[in-house]
Amino acid sequence: MSSGILIIGAGQSGMQIADSLRELGFEGAITMVGDEQIPPYQRPPLSKGFLYGEADEESLQFRNEKFYEDNRIELVLGDGVVEVQLNSDGASGVATTASGRALAFDQLALAPGSTPRKLNLTGSELDGVLYMRNIEDARALKSCWDGAENVVVIGGGFIGLEVAAVARKAGKTVTVLEGLDRMMARAVCPTTSEYFKNFHERRGAKIVLNAKIAGFEGDGRKVSGVVLEGGEVVPADIVMIGIGVVARTEIASQLGLDLPNGLIAVNEFAQTSNPNIVAAGDATLLPNPTGADGQVRLESVQNAVDQAKVAAKTLMGQRETYHALPWFWSDQADIKLQIAGLSTGYDQTVLRGNPDEDSFSVLYYKNGRLLAIDCVNQPVDFMAARRCLTDDQTIDPVAAADSSVKLKTLITN
Amino acid sequence: MPQVTYILPDGSETTLEARDGDSVMETAVKNGIKGIVAECGGACSCATCHVFVDEAFADVVGGPGDLEDDMLDGAACDRRDTSRLSCQIKMCADFDGLRVEIAPKQV
Repeated sequence: MSSGILIIGAGQSGMQIADSLRELGFEGAITMVGDEQIPPYQRPPLSKGFLYGEADEESLQFRNEKFYEDNRIELVLGDGVVEVQLNSDGASGVATTASGRALAFDQLALAPGSTPRKLNLTGSELDGVLYMRNIEDARALKSCWDGAENVVVIGGGFIGLEVAAVARKAGKTVTVLEGLDRMMARAVCPTTSEYFKNFHERRGAKIVLNAKIAGFEGDGRKVSGVVLEGGEVVPADIVMIGIGVVARTEIASQLGLDLPNGLIAVNEFAQTSNPNIVAAGDATLLPNPTGADGQVRLESVQNAVDQAKVAAKTLMGQRETYHALPWFWSDQADIKLQIAGLSTGYDQTVLRGNPDEDSFSVLYYKNGRLLAIDCVNQPVDFMAARRCLTDDQTIDPVAAADSSVKLKTLITN
Repeated sequence: MPQVTYILPDGSETTLEARDGDSVMETAVKNGIKGIVAECGGACSCATCHVFVDEAFADVVGGPGDLEDDMLDGAACDRRDTSRLSCQIKMCADFDGLRVEIAPKQV
C-alpha cells in the first residue's frame, strides 16, 4: 500500500501544498503534520484584526473540517515531527512525532516556517515579554492587553508597528524602540520609513531610533520596564518583540540538506539539495523568482502560496519553474502599505503623490527600469505596478512622478 | 445560518451556509470553492476575490468602500455595476439567499 506524501509544517505553505496536490489530481494519501494545536490558519491578522477583536480563531482557519475530510487530507496536530529516517531510495521513509507516532511516506515536503528571533537579555524570561508568530503568542498578548497601560515595542518592522498602531488605538502609551536609524529599513526606502515614523508619532507613539537595549526589569515575575544602555528605563506592562525570525531547520539539518545562512536551499522547482525532497515558504533560500540574479529569502504570504504550488507540481513529476512577482502588505491603523517587487539594488526612486496627505507611492528603478513600488493608501498604483512588473514591463520615471496621470496608462515595454 | 450561492465561471452553482460575520470570500475558501483566490486572506490588498453580486441583492449588500472601489479598478476582470471584493461582504441574516457570480479571472 502506498504511504503517500507527508508535509511537515501545517502553516500557509503546507496547507497550499496539500490543496494544490489535490487540485493537480494526486490520489494518494496526504498527511500534514504540525506542532500547533489548531488546523492551519492565517497568521497576518494576529497582529491586527485578531488583536482588534475583528477576527476570532475560527475565522482565521483556512479551511473547515469538511474540506479536510472531503479531500482526504489527514491532519496530525499538536504533535510535531522530531525525527525523519529516509530509506535507501533517498525519497521514502518514516517520520516520528514528539508523541512517538510513526508516519510513513513515499515523498516528503518541508514547510517548517520560522520562529521569532529571541532577545536574550537580563529579564527576558519575565511575564509580559512577548513575541508574535502563532496563535498562542496572540492569545498571550490578548490575555494581558486590557490591563496594560504601557506597551513597548522592540523592533520597528511590520509586526511591531502593526501592534503599536493597535495599542495606540486602544489608548495605550506606546514606545517603539528600533535598533537601526530608520523604521522597516529592510523593506522600504528612507522616504517611506520617514513617513511611517511621522505617522506613528502623529498618533501619539514615541519612536526611538538607534535604541540600544540592555535588558528588562520587573518584580521577579512580571516585567515593569525596558532598560536602555545608559540606564534609562522605559515603563512597560507589555514588551512586544518583533526583530525578525529564524528559519526552523531542525529536520532539514537531520536530513543533511544544504542550509546556507541557516535557510533551506532550494532550486527553481522547490527541490532541496536532495532532489526528492521539496521545501517551501519562509524557511527557504530560493533563486530570485523575478528572474533577476541571486538568491532571496521571502517571508510573505505570496511566497508561501506560490512556491508551495511549484513544490506540489514537482512532487507530481511536473516541471514548472517558480516565476512570480513578490508582494507584501502591512496594515497599520488606517494606513495600508503595499509593496510589489524587490527593490534590492535600486539606483533611483521616484515619489508620486504627497506623503503629507497620507497617500503616495515610491517607485524604485535600476538603470531606468522599474524594480518595485511602495504604495501608501494607493491601491490603484499598487495594482498597476503589480501588473506591469508581472509582465516584465516598465514605467517611465519622469512620467510616473505626475500623480494626475494613472500609472496603468504609462506601462511600456 | 444565512445561505449564499456561488455561481462558478463554468455556470455551476454551489450553495453554502455561512457563519454569521464570516465574509463571502471566507465562506467560499473554507469550503474549498475554486475560483475565489483570495491571495491576501481578506485584507482588501489583492483584488483576487472579485464577484458580481446578483442584481436582486445589489441594494441590500451595497456598493464598495473607497479602498475597495480603487482595488476593483485594478482587478483582473473588468468590473461591472455590482462588482465587489467578496472579502468585504460580511454575511448576516439580511443577506440570506445571496447569490454571487465569481469573476472568471482573478489573477
